[in-house]
Amino acid sequence: MGAGLGLALRIGRRVGTLAIVFLGVTFIIYIAVYALPGDPIRALAGDRPLDESIVEALRVKYNLDLPIWQQYLAYLGGLFHGDLGSDFTGRSVGSLMASRWPVTIALALTAWVMEVLVGLSIGIVQALKKGTALDHGLLALTVLASCVPVFVLGVLLQQLFGVRLGWLPVAGVRDGWPASYLLPAMVIALFGLSAVSRLMRGAMVDNLSADYVRAGRAKGFGQGRIVGVHVLRNSLIPASTYLATDLGYLLGGTVVIEGIFNLPGVGNLLFDAIRTHEGPTVVGVSTALILVFLVTSVLVDVIHVGLDPRLRRA
Amino acid sequence: MTDTGSLLQIRDLGVEFDVDGARHVGVKSVSLDIARGEVVAIVGESGSGKTVTAMSILGLLPKNATVSGSVRFDGRELCGLSERELRGVRGRAVGMVFQDPVAALDPVFTIGFQIGEVVRLAEPRLSGREVRRRSAELLSLVGIEEPAERLGDYPHQFSGGQCQRIAIAMVLAESPALIVADEPTTALDVTVQAEVLDVLRQVKARLDSAIMLITHNMGVVADLADRVVVMRSGEVVEINDCIKLFESPSAPYTADLLAAVPRITAAPREVGESGETQAAASDAAVLDVRGLAVEYRRRPGGRVRAVDGVDLKVERGQIVGLVGESGSGKTTIGRAIIGLAPIAEGQVNVAGRDVAALRRAERQAMRRTVGVVFQNPATSLNPRYSVAETITEPLRRLGGMSRADAAERADDLLASVGLDARWRDRYPHELSGGQRQRVAIARAVALDPALLIADEPTSALDVSVQARVLDVLRDLQERLGFACLFISHDLAVVDSVADYVAVMHHGRIVEQGDRATVLGSPRQDYTRRLVASAPIPDPVAQRARRETWLSLT
Repeated sequence: MGAGLGLALRIGRRVGTLAIVFLGVTFIIYIAVYALPGDPIRALAGDRPLDESIVEALRVKYNLDLPIWQQYLAYLGGLFHGDLGSDFTGRSVGSLMASRWPVTIALALTAWVMEVLVGLSIGIVQALKKGTALDHGLLALTVLASCVPVFVLGVLLQQLFGVRLGWLPVAGVRDGWPASYLLPAMVIALFGLSAVSRLMRGAMVDNLSADYVRAGRAKGFGQGRIVGVHVLRNSLIPASTYLATDLGYLLGGTVVIEGIFNLPGVGNLLFDAIRTHEGPTVVGVSTALILVFLVTSVLVDVIHVGLDPRLRRA
Repeated sequence: MTDTGSLLQIRDLGVEFDVDGARHVGVKSVSLDIARGEVVAIVGESGSGKTVTAMSILGLLPKNATVSGSVRFDGRELCGLSERELRGVRGRAVGMVFQDPVAALDPVFTIGFQIGEVVRLAEPRLSGREVRRRSAELLSLVGIEEPAERLGDYPHQFSGGQCQRIAIAMVLAESPALIVADEPTTALDVTVQAEVLDVLRQVKARLDSAIMLITHNMGVVADLADRVVVMRSGEVVEINDCIKLFESPSAPYTADLLAAVPRITAAPREVGESGETQAAASDAAVLDVRGLAVEYRRRPGGRVRAVDGVDLKVERGQIVGLVGESGSGKTTIGRAIIGLAPIAEGQVNVAGRDVAALRRAERQAMRRTVGVVFQNPATSLNPRYSVAETITEPLRRLGGMSRADAAERADDLLASVGLDARWRDRYPHELSGGQRQRVAIARAVALDPALLIADEPTSALDVSVQARVLDVLRDLQERLGFACLFISHDLAVVDSVADYVAVMHHGRIVEQGDRATVLGSPRQDYTRRLVASAPIPDPVAQRARRETWLSLT
């Protein structure tokens, strides 16, 4: 009971801080986007002169006639009702994103699962074969993979698997999941491998020399039980922090990859919105991404507490 | 042909370690026997090879070790067995208890899970419910209360002593014929040590198993062992019956080792000394603590009183021993004196000034009058500073000395702690533990402080080294005449250095007074228990003391 209360308290406190972070960050983004030089209403009209009364009406519609803090409050008010606002062509930002999220989520999760499976496995193998040629070789490979810029890696893989071998589509989402997502996910995962494997290797090496491992061997446990049950769970604690945070990044930060592989995801939407001065869309997408990020940071905590009972106290 | 009485037979055991191509001898030509049901202690200082010997029985040495010779258990050769074959021996034939009981348990699994693992190993056919019942039964055998409920708890929810009991319960699960206990009570408080030794004794009686007890504590040896193997630099120097060893050791090294062990005598010292203390008593106290309370904030708005209502005085030229177990608040008092702990109530007067009322700049000045020596010299010395830099830093920064003057004074200080001036350019990692602690002492007395706080200054050191460091401290105190607050959990050490003793329990001083009175005829129950639980290096007297201790608990 005490443990459950402690956990509730912890999450409660966490949510409180998150609310503050959320307000602060959305405010900064709001200011940054709307304080930019250039009038979005006139930009909308292009070269054609616009009637003053229409400009005025549009300004009122988008709250642009109010001082910026009132604009922000009005926006926040809308957010609480699930309204992310609408862009200057009248489409709701919410529905704009709705069609994009599945693509981004599918990509992020595919990449993340690859990163987890391959990265952790490499780390585990490295730790068990510490100091051998295999350990050094894997280190070199993962570092190399993360050093090559993603657009170079992306184009290389497109060339090899898409054009040369013809195994996977070069770009687009026409083939759906998984075919269309494998290549871009692979690029993202390759980039993240070195961090994951190195964290896992370090944690495993530390834990393999821990007293409880020696004690376990003295009790007559086999290597499988010691490594597979005890060392693994202890070593996952540091790696899980990184992995969960990384999922947050992946859900919001794959603009370049979505661009290279022509995937209509949220990153792509954000990129287009910035290019076309679509303020409401930029703010809307950014806000959604912040929410995703904050949720994953709570997730990190929950996973942490789940893995490490020492944290379960009031 | 084989000796039927002998359970474990080690013959000509040698272990070498390969460190970056160089060979280091761990142990050489070690031969010893352990009979069924016998308790054999292996004693020696750090680096003597006692743990290496024990680890080689179960093949638990690191990969860079090469083993030669023979280890026979119950007639079966263990040296050269494969990992797979050794697994059948580990736990089932030979169980093991480690030094750090908390670290020896996996922090992320419940106790029930971890005991269950061992129970299943011993009796693979038990059902889940039977495993739980057996686990709870094992816990109750080692004296854990409400065993069935506690199976769901994690290691961090138990104290160090309880964790060691749990580790012993796990050994019990496989009922081995030999238990190797590697410093099983070193990490524990004396009262807890006495309890754990008692549990070991009960387990031995129940299983009729032999015990190989590895320890550096002669008191523990006297308490438990039938025979003793003394090791030094990887070799056996003496094997003797326990009582005979303490009465008339055959090897000179054993005699030296026994002589270095401090004992609680509580006997009055020579006349000259006490006369001096009398004279000093008329001076104003250098340290005068009145009604001190220290409070720490706890996360959800609460406060914890670590120290409450403490009155304590240390006069010039006096050594006051502050004793207590871990968590009793003795270190917190030391921290409060140097302004590192939040004082909630009361006064701490050092040389007539109240520490709590000092401003930042004044506090800086006050630091000149207080020297501190910490427990672990390996971490209290800056690894990037040479010995000379370590000692000259306070001289130059707080004492305002010129470079040349400070260097000269540093050499004097080194000489006064018994280190040659040629050590001045060495770095901490090039020094032994005892040498490091001497450097730390030289640094602490560099500014000729009115008060020296020594917080467990010898707890991390071997006994023979401890004896020399205590000599240095006593010698310096006689010459410089500073007041000294000597914080320690070791009653024998306090008995050998202090004039006056204060006993702490749960943040309060339960008893204080003259050393001979407090340690010789304590008035409080807690002090009595504390004194009785520290084992003394005399097997015959220890037996009598154990009876006293059992009657007090």
